[in-house]
Amino acid sequence: MTATQVRSHTIDMSSVLRAPQDNGVNETCIKVENLNLFYGAKQALHNVSMDMPKKKVTAYIGPSGCGKSTLLRCINRMNDLVDSVSIEGKILLDDENIYDKAVNVAALRRRVGMVFQKPNPFPKSIFENVAYGLRIQGINDKRILEETVEKALRGAALWDEMKDRLNDNALGMSGGQQQRLVIARAIAIEPEVLLLDEPASALDPISTLKIEELINELKEKYTIVIVTHNMQQAARVSDYTAFMYMGELIEMGTTSELFTNPKKKQTEDYITGRYG
Amino acid sequence: MIKHWFKSGAPWIWLNAAAVSTCLIMVVGVLGLVVIRGVGHFWPSEVVQITYEETGGKTQTIIGEHVDTSITPAAMAKSTGHILTDKEDTLVQYLMKTGNRDITGTDFRWIQERHVKEQQAPADLMVVERREWGNFYGQLVAVKESGKLIAEGTEAWPVAKARIDDALLVFKQIAHLEKKEVGAINYSLDQLRLEQKKLQLKNQWDESAQKRIAAEKAELEIEYKKYQTQLSELYQKIRRDSLLAKTENGTELEIPLAKIVRIFQPNTMSAVEKAGHYCVKIVEFLLDDPREANTEGGIFPAIFGTVMMVMMMSVIVTPFGVIAAVYMREYAKQGFITRLIRIAVNNLAGVPSIVYGVFGLGFFVYILGGNIDQLFFPESAPAPVYGTPGLLWASITLALLTLPVVIVSTEEGLARIPSSIREGSLALGATKLETLWLTVLPMASPAMMTGLILAVARAAGEVAPLMLVGVVKLAPTLPLDGNYPFLHLDRKFMHLGFHIYDVGFQSPNVEAARPLVYATALLLVLVIVGLNLAAIIIRNNLREKYRALEG
Repeated sequence: MTATQVRSHTIDMSSVLRAPQDNGVNETCIKVENLNLFYGAKQALHNVSMDMPKKKVTAYIGPSGCGKSTLLRCINRMNDLVDSVSIEGKILLDDENIYDKAVNVAALRRRVGMVFQKPNPFPKSIFENVAYGLRIQGINDKRILEETVEKALRGAALWDEMKDRLNDNALGMSGGQQQRLVIARAIAIEPEVLLLDEPASALDPISTLKIEELINELKEKYTIVIVTHNMQQAARVSDYTAFMYMGELIEMGTTSELFTNPKKKQTEDYITGRYG
Repeated sequence: MIKHWFKSGAPWIWLNAAAVSTCLIMVVGVLGLVVIRGVGHFWPSEVVQITYEETGGKTQTIIGEHVDTSITPAAMAKSTGHILTDKEDTLVQYLMKTGNRDITGTDFRWIQERHVKEQQAPADLMVVERREWGNFYGQLVAVKESGKLIAEGTEAWPVAKARIDDALLVFKQIAHLEKKEVGAINYSLDQLRLEQKKLQLKNQWDESAQKRIAAEKAELEIEYKKYQTQLSELYQKIRRDSLLAKTENGTELEIPLAKIVRIFQPNTMSAVEKAGHYCVKIVEFLLDDPREANTEGGIFPAIFGTVMMVMMMSVIVTPFGVIAAVYMREYAKQGFITRLIRIAVNNLAGVPSIVYGVFGLGFFVYILGGNIDQLFFPESAPAPVYGTPGLLWASITLALLTLPVVIVSTEEGLARIPSSIREGSLALGATKLETLWLTVLPMASPAMMTGLILAVARAAGEVAPLMLVGVVKLAPTLPLDGNYPFLHLDRKFMHLGFHIYDVGFQSPNVEAARPLVYATALLLVLVIVGLNLAAIIIRNNLREKYRALEG
């Protein structure tokens, strides 16, 4: 398919969204097709379809409980861990259905990294935290590990702060540092996609700012999907924004368009603060 | 006013504080009693010489240590047959340790205070600790060498001291030769006998095998002969000298040096000398083998057996408990059956320990052990190897007994690990097994150690099941020695808990053994505290490493 379009099933197919930054071709990286998700008998996602372009930041906004985190966790199959979940539909990562039976979930998660709402470093040294993903791939060569850890920490803007404390326990860092460490841990294994689940919601404003700056840098290399409560944050960091409500995708478009010129009434009500 | 006080909550605080204090007082009381009774036993007490007038008007001399005093009201004393004058309102009796069991037949006697005419503590009174017949109390008359007098009177004491030091060295050499060298030869000979029988059973008892075994046997025999001559020389040496001693009523007794552990004159000893004597006795208690039906000497084999058994138990119970807990918490589907299993595990902790003992004897010893013997040790039949109670079965039985504790606390530890940590690991592409192995289990290790601490605390104090599956009152050899394969899991062992029971209640000489019961009890408490402390230190280190697990 031609990947210059970003399509939402609720938006008229002919409405072509303009790419916010003109940096070449907007290739689709993740494509969600008619996704339905049930927690037991309760349906949490209703027939969601969307495309997320490569090396861009896509933000999910919406009120609490609207299914945006659930959708995010579908992309690296984190929902598999919940016993009662059943999923219908497809998610294509580079044209490959990740819900296919032949897919190796661990290998998928290496391609789709994730950062959670609360920083969750392992109770190990900073170095070992970042090296964790490499070690489980069987890489134990000290030189490779050191190089990769340095690269990942530089990538997460932590190297200068932490280069002398690599052997300290990661639990001794501040919340903002821990969150950046978790990002470093995720990018150390060089995924294609980074999923950020409200990465700044537990942090103070300065740490939040740092994380946002980091997201801006990271999108050069990774496709990023971010869930956020904070609409200003979505406006600041994302290229595309999807608004979800009650398990449905209401509207998706470039961030500037969605915030300045929403097509749906619900979207307008939400971003102007009338509910949510 | 009172109502106000009740409302304020103060009475509850008082009640709680009272409950805590009661618990504390009880614990301190138990420990205090054990310490006071147990620790005092080794202090050399004064030996007195008493002129005692019996009811008939006959006087006699009693030499001994004062052990205990009992005060009985007159009315009660009269009712038990004592004749008291009206002036006396109490009957005071002393328990004296008079020793010399080979002459008088008893170690202890009760005497009445009112019949004591005179009490002295002459400096020349001597205590002889013997390897047989308990202590001797009396005076040293002379030292003999090969039946001839070599020192008499005041010269005798230093000569006797010096000779005994020599004799003890020889005794040590003999013990070493007999236990280590000759013991090893005996062990090898027995192995050869078994090998021969094994070959015969397999129909491989041909000429070459016969030759080989005969040659090895001959070699061992030669070695044995060599030690034999050494031993007979040593025996001659140690049997040469003897002491001539006089008892309280003037009977003279010859005590060979070979039978003497030590001699001392407590009435002449200074406090420093007494303290030295005390330390020597404590060390003997900790490091020596028991003698005289466990009422004298040390309890080293029991300490060793207890620690060894607890360690074996830990090695067995930890992997089983952890694996079971991991399966139930991480892999099994949480449903009715899992709940049922969990209830069953919890209830296992409440089963009386003797039941485990019976199970251990019936299943492990007879069925498992019996089959192992049939399959692997046919050559030693009819003597059982594993088909009889022993260290292995005792450890396994106790492991079974403590399994629920380890499972429950490991499960709790696993449940406490926040799911965000697991998700973090899984999101990096780790499989469930890798997540468990690299992150979850290390983080749950303090909880596992807690389980192990509880298990050790329970297992080290158990006696009842052990009586069925491996403990004996006197084990001739330790389960760990220098003979291949070094660790002998089939051997029976001694245990502090059982030792307390045996010495205190099964001993022919209960009076003599009572202080040892307290000392052994104290030691058992110390061993358990030590084992627990080691585990707690390990756990705290782990906790420090994996601290700050906010959910």
